[in-house]
Amino acid sequence: MTRRVVVTGVGMVTPLHTTTEGSWEALVAGQSGVGYVTRYELGEDFPVRIAAEVKGFDPLPYIDKKDLRKMDLFIQYAVAATEQALEMARYRVRPEEADRVAVIIGSGIGGFPMIEEMHKTLLEKGPRRVWPAFIPAVIVNMAAGVLSIRTGAKGPNVAPCTACSTGAHAIGDAFKLIQRGVADVAIAGGTEAAITPLAIAGFAAMHALSTRNDAPEKASRPFDAQRDGFVMGEGAGILILESLEHALDRGADILCEIVGYGLNSDAYHITAPCADGDGAVRVMRMALQDAQMAPEEVDYINAHGTSTPLNDRIETLAIKAVFADHARKLAVSSTKSMMGHLLGAAGGVEAAVCVLTIRHGVIPPTINYEYPDPECDLDYVPNQARRQDVRVAMTNSFGFGGTNACLIFKRFED
Amino acid sequence: MQDPREIEQKVVQIIAGQLDKDPTQIRMESRFIEDLGADSLDVMQIVMDLEEAFGIQISEEDTEKIRTVGDAVQFIAQYTSRSASA
Repeated sequence: MTRRVVVTGVGMVTPLHTTTEGSWEALVAGQSGVGYVTRYELGEDFPVRIAAEVKGFDPLPYIDKKDLRKMDLFIQYAVAATEQALEMARYRVRPEEADRVAVIIGSGIGGFPMIEEMHKTLLEKGPRRVWPAFIPAVIVNMAAGVLSIRTGAKGPNVAPCTACSTGAHAIGDAFKLIQRGVADVAIAGGTEAAITPLAIAGFAAMHALSTRNDAPEKASRPFDAQRDGFVMGEGAGILILESLEHALDRGADILCEIVGYGLNSDAYHITAPCADGDGAVRVMRMALQDAQMAPEEVDYINAHGTSTPLNDRIETLAIKAVFADHARKLAVSSTKSMMGHLLGAAGGVEAAVCVLTIRHGVIPPTINYEYPDPECDLDYVPNQARRQDVRVAMTNSFGFGGTNACLIFKRFED
Repeated sequence: MQDPREIEQKVVQIIAGQLDKDPTQIRMESRFIEDLGADSLDVMQIVMDLEEAFGIQISEEDTEKIRTVGDAVQFIAQYTSRSASA
């Protein structure tokens, strides 16, 4: 018999706000977190000078000053989001159950900012000036590592690294570990902080990014006919998952249930989705099957919706293939229109958005939706949040390498 | 040769910065790990910062001998006097 798994806490650090509540309010208000890159001086020769940076983040409430040099920004965001999620769940790891608590937090890229800084140090000052804590500060699994040390969680500790699907895979894998009885509690999600000159230049060289430098707030426009690429974002999204029994035993406030997880691969191209949306179709079906749910039960999809010409067209195609007539009835929105694309953290924050959507009965909109694209013809909840009862919410994540993930959350019912 | 008191001040300042301590809490007999709460990476970072600040090189062998703030000050004083007389 498989066990039921529930969500009891969510934590977010996003380009809209450094707190969960602040981020949710901004999402519902339809605000944009995109602006000019402020942390680095980007010359006119940069084809892209805009991003969705986290603004006004102060790590000191969460992390001792002396430890900051040992944690690049992606780890700091994960710590802040996890503390918020634990606070919402009113949960602290008790020593007697420590080996039943998992930490599964991944990152798509890891510590780009410090890698670039240390490489500069290496070239300018030589190998003897590279910091001793450089490696543990930048490697992808260290958000999970640091958080097990901080929380005392001694169960499974892993870090998926599956590009833009990372956060969703982390949560899905955590769900399965609890469902199968390997762990009772999991701290799971994704984190990213890679808005650096090198990363921007690299993504821009692929022509993956919007070049709308003259109107940053309008740059991320998923499903709109004038979309021209994604906007890099950063932050972290963390969920606290528990077996239903564990949550009930401690009298936790249950936010919703996680019921479905799909994961697969396109086996097609390093960056482009399959032309017919095959991988996306199969991963949504896999999640529905895992949830033992008919497509008609889904009320809302938080789309991958990156704002690239290709993704949004093919994701729309895939949704129509999976949901048939019901595709016209369900609400689909891309919160990347407001937060930008948080890469490895995207699946984490978008899972958190699904949880809060079910909790509050409000669907955040797709902003900047102005010009209809005949090939993107679903209800994208344009520009205004919608008050609507949502019983089942799905979230899609598709990553470079053709790696896909899909999660399904459901209102908790006895 | 540098004034020993100047060395002491500079060393204390670097250690206080790395470990986020009030400089008045740092004494010559303070041990990095046991008294100041440093970990092994902190100690290596401090050694590196001292190398850079004083323009010296501290070998791995010597690093292992530096356990207290006073050890570091003494090492630097000896090193700078050696290189000054050389």
